[in-house]
Amino acid sequence: MTRYASLLDSVGHTPLVGLPRLSPSEDVRIWAKLEDRNPTGSVKDRPALWMVETAERDGTLTPGCTILEPTSGNTGISLAMAAKLKGYKLICVMPENTSAERAQLLKMWGAEVRYSPAAGGSNEAVRVAKKLASENPDWVMLYQYGNPANAEAHYLGTGPEVLADLPTITHFVAGLGTTGTLMGAGRYLRENVPGIQIVAAEPRYGELVYGLRNLDEGFVPELYDESVLTTRYSVGPRDAVRRTRELLAEEGIFAGISTGAILHAALGMATKAVKAGERADIVFIVCDGGWKYLSTGAYEGTLEEAEDALEGQLWA
Amino acid sequence: MTSVEIPTILRTYTDGERSVTATGATLSEVVANLDSRYPGIAERLIEGDALRRFVNVYLNDEDVRFLDGLATVVAEDDTVTILPAVAGGSTTAELQ
Repeated sequence: MTRYASLLDSVGHTPLVGLPRLSPSEDVRIWAKLEDRNPTGSVKDRPALWMVETAERDGTLTPGCTILEPTSGNTGISLAMAAKLKGYKLICVMPENTSAERAQLLKMWGAEVRYSPAAGGSNEAVRVAKKLASENPDWVMLYQYGNPANAEAHYLGTGPEVLADLPTITHFVAGLGTTGTLMGAGRYLRENVPGIQIVAAEPRYGELVYGLRNLDEGFVPELYDESVLTTRYSVGPRDAVRRTRELLAEEGIFAGISTGAILHAALGMATKAVKAGERADIVFIVCDGGWKYLSTGAYEGTLEEAEDALEGQLWA
Repeated sequence: MTSVEIPTILRTYTDGERSVTATGATLSEVVANLDSRYPGIAERLIEGDALRRFVNVYLNDEDVRFLDGLATVVAEDDTVTILPAVAGGSTTAELQ
């Protein structure tokens, strides 16, 4: 059934496609879950809509409410679409040095953008948003890093969809950001597939991003539960870009850079399975398309040039 | 010798070096060896008998918390990468 009553009803139900060229053998296969096929073009439509609808059900969100979220990325765009269609006002707090396209997209869907100082990066945006929330108690902050509905969207959607399409699944590989995808889909798959491996691919940014981070003031999302994961890989920009380009060149899939990092981890698991002589059906998440990242420089020139261009950018 | 990648925030201990070498059969021994040459660095990484909460350590890109933690066996040609834990996800996308 591909007819839906409205755009919001069409969130999820994304295709799972095989990668015949990148899969190492007939026994070790890699499958891409195309989350870029969601209404606003990213996996974040799932948690954004579910966080909004959960808040509606528990009475936190009432007609005419204002939603506040510190985000300049896909979650903001997804929330803006959902808020527009459901009649809420959305205020996004984002660092003032975020790319112009992001603010344009948010404004197109009717969101208001408030800027936080560039120096503090995303942590500063979270701080500003929390301050705004305390000054405006009638505003509702959904807070994707700590909202159980984020993971639940994947427990109820992504996980069951993958298992229904591929009952022989052995590995599930996704990006580690808010941790919602891995916590939700990971828990569901663990409950239903004995021995399944849940693998996290974490972006490793350039020096400039970590430069000012204090080891005592790091950040671990409230949703994160280490016990759901089998293992966790750190993937640098060079491998992420290389795999993003391979995915396009070999399989025709035009994805964002974080997807390249996830594919890198998936291929690593595939290599392990081949060496061990084991059968594997490895599912990985395509988070979004490459459109929003064309200006980063990741898609042109040599790998070295792309790596240089990504230095200092939070590309996932 | 095992190669150890040092994050910017800890390079005050390593005379500004971003990559140093260390000896040791386990991660614990590698950190002790580092601390013998760069005093104070171990205390920034370890609390009690475990890694500090906001410190992530990777052995050849795999998080050691999913291997054997500080007891993880380290080989001479391995690379150990130390990084602060940072917020991911699209809240932080594309700071330029």
